[in-house]
Formats: sequence, structure tokens, C-alpha cells
Amino acid sequence: MTTVAVKPATMAQALTRAMRDAMAADPTVHVMGEDVGTLGGVFRVTDGLAKEFGEDRCTDTPLAEAGILGTAVGMAMYGLRPVVEMQFDAFAYPAFEQLISHVSRMRNRTRGRMPLPITVRVPYGGGIGGVEHHSDSSEAYYMATPGLHVVTPATVADAYGLLRQAIASDDPVVFLEPKRLYWSKDSWNPEHPTDVEPIGRAVVRRPGSSATLITYGPSVPVCLEAAEAARAEGWDLEVVDLRSLVPFDDETVCAAVRRTGRALVVHESTGFGGPGGEIAARITERCFHHLEAPVLRVAGFDIPYPPPMLERHHLPGVDRILDAVARLQWEAEG
Amino acid sequence: MTVMEQRGAYRPSPPPAWQPRMDPAPLLPDAEPYRVLGTEAAAKSDPDLLRRLYAQLVRGRRYNAQATALTKQGRLAVYPSSTGQEACEVAAALALEERDWLFPSYRDTLAAVARGVDPVEALTLLRGDWHTGYDPYAHRVAPLSTPLATQLPHAVGLAHAARLKGDDVVALAMVGDGGTSEGDFHEALNFAAVWQAPVVFLVQNNGFAISVPLAKQTAAPSLAHKAVGYGMPGRLVDGNDAAAVHEVLSDAVRHARAGGGPTLVEAVTYRIEAHTNADDATRYRGDAEVEAWRAHDPIQLLEHELTARGLLDDAGLEAARQDAEEMAADLRERMNRDPELNPMDLFDHVYAETTAQLREQRALLRAELEAEQDDQEGDLR
Repeated sequence: MTTVAVKPATMAQALTRAMRDAMAADPTVHVMGEDVGTLGGVFRVTDGLAKEFGEDRCTDTPLAEAGILGTAVGMAMYGLRPVVEMQFDAFAYPAFEQLISHVSRMRNRTRGRMPLPITVRVPYGGGIGGVEHHSDSSEAYYMATPGLHVVTPATVADAYGLLRQAIASDDPVVFLEPKRLYWSKDSWNPEHPTDVEPIGRAVVRRPGSSATLITYGPSVPVCLEAAEAARAEGWDLEVVDLRSLVPFDDETVCAAVRRTGRALVVHESTGFGGPGGEIAARITERCFHHLEAPVLRVAGFDIPYPPPMLERHHLPGVDRILDAVARLQWEAEG
Repeated sequence: MTVMEQRGAYRPSPPPAWQPRMDPAPLLPDAEPYRVLGTEAAAKSDPDLLRRLYAQLVRGRRYNAQATALTKQGRLAVYPSSTGQEACEVAAALALEERDWLFPSYRDTLAAVARGVDPVEALTLLRGDWHTGYDPYAHRVAPLSTPLATQLPHAVGLAHAARLKGDDVVALAMVGDGGTSEGDFHEALNFAAVWQAPVVFLVQNNGFAISVPLAKQTAAPSLAHKAVGYGMPGRLVDGNDAAAVHEVLSDAVRHARAGGGPTLVEAVTYRIEAHTNADDATRYRGDAEVEAWRAHDPIQLLEHELTARGLLDDAGLEAARQDAEEMAADLRERMNRDPELNPMDLFDHVYAETTAQLREQRALLRAELEAEQDDQEGDLR
């Protein structure tokens, strides 16, 4: 028996590998976007794809996001599986009309006759010192649009597994890539990528008994760090990584909350109108009698994303999470 | 050392990397809309084609009248009529081969019907019992697009995909004068030209975007001139001259199929009816203008040509009318039946696999419907 040497890989490398393997396995998979070809993308996530598969399979498009997604719709109508890169979260906004008015609705509009298997990759979130328009958390906009799947990995293995699943899906998937995790490393073997849970399933990243932190994407490592720090306070925190915002895994989330009786939702997106409100409402509707305290949210402030030198004050960090945990009405237990 | 010496050679003109891309002159549209009917070019037209176009125009006019009547009877929620624009609608459909694709806007149900879509299915969107009533793959007609110009990049992508697969398929995309102001019009034309995609863009310049006249829509010399900026040919044609529209579109389709890239065609026509039945055109235009265009009617133009040259006799004219009446009677009869509605359909096509949340909501609606039915049965007892 030979043991396979497992070297650390970055999330960016896992994403590249996912596209590479999908393109090798299925000739209908086409990658397209701004700078994805010769340059390999501004984050180098499509590095090498144009070289290996040619520019017809990995295409540098004109700089126009509505045009990129709109032409991807036509390509999908003709049987291709486009994987579209939006260069940054805020640069995806010009493609909104195509996404909302066509991509999300075409299957329903045609009673299932014209599904659109399109993956829209969007690097999102802050924490990389980006100037204005480079750090938005736009997931709530996508979540509010029926017909889209909204997926976001937090681990290297999920980056590969979820992107493969997204590309293979017959439905459109908005694939949100936490850009500050692009360079996070994990021991992951690209030659033998392990299966991950399907889109639509949440995963308990850290079991715990005191309270449940519900989070996703870039906030997962922050919550895990907070859970470690909380041990000093005597709290054993559970961390649930949603992975998929749509479809939402009520089952896993509610099972976790019923176990601990306390829930805290953590995300970078603004609190008001953000995903946390929906998640808190779902927990309250389903687990009210198991709750020892109101569901709290730790979110980005309700402000336009800050300039880079101020972003650390905006992003939910370990201290803000622990302060919120402290407010989960522990005294009521006594 | 001076700055100049440090930097070496001094160039008063840009380096050779900059070159004029192409001579724009061949891309420019003619000064006047191209015409066939009533000109010397008409003699070269295929009589069979003219007769086919005529039969479709008469059907198309009758279809528009019937759909408008159905709206007044409450059978359609709304109808954007293409009366007066039948030459564009019909020629677009007839210029394509079976393997080609048509991308209509909401005013182009007639083009879809002329391509073979069942009129009842073409009108499903406007009746309101579903969105797209026909199978887009059956006749290669994309769903009617309501958000203006958003279907144009779809046409480009489909044509591009077909070319990548080695299929000689052409996409013809339809848009109005108002739609040319949308960003998607610009992006679609740019992508098409960069990719040399086999697409034909047909702009029906019918004079108005609901109430706003073309003068408030653009300052371009013509809409066809916009093509030049993208590096594709622009063609200007009399949109009420079915033979001319068919010829220009067929040339553009042939050019695209041969790998020559996209063409933008501006067909100058006129929206004889209001925007829809819900619009009041007297608020923004006068009768004299409408009457002037009625005198340049697409059916009369072609009928004049056919009868003057002895290509169609009274029996032929009557046969076309008879065929149109039969189509209208069938449409009327089928549209006067209430469509079958299944509220459960609302949940079944949102995703390939219905989510747990939608299954819950589906069950909720089913329970509501059952309660409704119980109430009705209770009332009967």
C-alpha cells in the first residue's frame, strides 16, 4: 500500500483544479470572463486553463458583465455549461438584470424545457485591503431571487467539491468565493479529492454544547477561532458552516440549535436585510421552544463597505462574537 | 543628460501598435432605406417568394386583428400589436433556415407564429396562464423577451456556441428602436462583432418607444449607423417592403452563415396601433402621421406588385384571405376556451429538484386549495 503524500493546497488552487477537472471531464464546460484567459484571472484562479484547453474553452471576454452573463445564457441554451467569472462582487452588479430576469427564471418560464446550467463565480467579501467596490458581501441580493442556488465554500476541500457540484448542476449556481480565503491552506490532495456533502447541506465544523454559531464562507474560520477562545470563558461553542445559502439546510441548523438552545448568526454582510435576519426567523419559527435566548446576529454594520484602513472595525471578529455569546442570557439558566 | 536623451528616440506619432482597425466605409448603411417593391429591383424577385410573403402578411394582419379583438373580450391580458409591421415579422421568420434560431421580443409573437409556433402557444404569455407557452426547441424560437434588448446577448451566445460546436446555425434577434438605447444592445453588438458570431440584429424602428419618438431616443444619423462603431455592417431597409426586408435579412443570414460575422439591420416601419391596448396613442401623435403610414401599407405594397405583374389573380387573393380567416377562426375558437390551470405548477419548475422549503409551500397551497374546494362543496350542499 502506498501512502499518498498530501501537500497543503490553497483554496485558489482547489478552485482551479475543480474547473480543470470539470473541463477535462466534460467538453461542454466553458470558462469565460474578464482576464480569465492569458492572465489566469486577477486572482489567478483560472491559471493555466486557456493554455490547456484553448481560448475557445477559457475565453477572455470584452469588459461587460451583462454581456458576459447574457452570452452565457445563449451558450447554455445551446447545450454548453458556462462557468462565468465576475471579477469582483461589486462588478457583478451590471449582470443583475440578466441574472434576475433570465438566468433565475428560464427553467420556470419554460416549464423546465430550457434549464440554464450556468455557474456564476463571484469573489466576495472583505478583509483583503481592497479599495471601494472590491469587498462587498452581496449574498442577500442573490438569496432573494428564486431559481438561483447560492453556494459558498469555507474549506479547501469544499472549494473543489462544491465547485464541481455547481458546474455539474442543471440549475444556475451563484458560487461565492470568499476572497480572503483564496490563500488559506489545508492538507488536501488534488489527485484524490474526497467527496463532500452535496449542495444544500450544512456541516457542523466544530461540535459544541453551549451555543451554536451559524455562519458561512469567510466567517467560518473567524467563528472557529472564536470557539477556541471561548473555551477560556467556559463555553463550548458549536460551529455550523452553511455552505449553501440556497437551498437552505433547515434540518442541520435546527438540529444543532435544539442541541444547544442558543444560536448566533455570524456574517460580514450587513445585518439589516442581511441573511442573518432570515436565518434567525427560520430558527425562531422552528425551534422556539428549544431556545434559551433570542437568536442574535453578529454582522457587518449597516454602512457602505468601509475604506481598507477602517475595514477591521466593520468585519465581525472574535471579540465581537464573544461579546455576543456573552449576551445569550446565560444568567437565566441559574 | 536631458530627459529626452535618457528616454532615447522621440516619437511624435503613436507607436505602430496603434493601427486603424478597418476601413469603415463598407460598413456604412445606404443614405435611403433599401426598397424592392415599386422599383426596378422587383423584377428580379422570385414570384413564389413574393406569393409566400403575401400569404403570410395577410395571415399576420388577420392574426393581429384577432389578438386585438381577444384583448377587448378579456381573453388576453394585454396585446402589443405588430399591425403595420407585418413585413418585418414575416420576413424575419422566412429568412431563416429550420436549424436557425429566432430571438423575439414581446411584440414579435407574429414572427414566432410565422416560424411555426402555434398561435395559442405564442400568446400564452399575453393570456397569462403561463410565461412561455411553447417549447423553444421545437421551432428554435427563444422565449419572448419582455425586458428590452436583454435577449440580444442570448442570441449572440447561442450563435457563438453553435459555431464552437461546428454547426452552421444563425441566430436572428429582434429589437425595437427604444431597445437600441439599452446597455444590452450595446454589449450584444460588441460581443457579436468581437467574436464574429453568426448573428443578425433586426431593429424594427417603428417610430415610438411607447410614447417617446426616435428623436428623443438617439442622435445617431440612423440606427443602422450604430453598427459601424462595433465594426459590423449596418443596413437600412424599408420595413414595410416585405421583399426588401426579406432580401436584406437573407443576405445578412447568408453572410453570417459563411463566417462573415454579424450584421445590424434597421427596418424603417411604423406602429399603426397604440403601444398596447392599454395605451392611448392620441396623447403623443397626430392622425395625419398615422394616415401617411397607412398609405405605405406592407400588404398593399406587395399586393400592388403581385397584381400589377399578374403574379396573383383574384382567386389567389381570395385564397390568402380565406386561409387567414380559417387561422383566425381556429385561434378565436381555441382562445375562447378557458385555459387549464394547475397552481401546483408554480413550484415544479423553479429548480431541477424542488427544495424542502418549496415542498412545504407547495403543501400549504394544496391545503388552501382543498379548503377552498370544501367550502365550495359546502355551499352547494
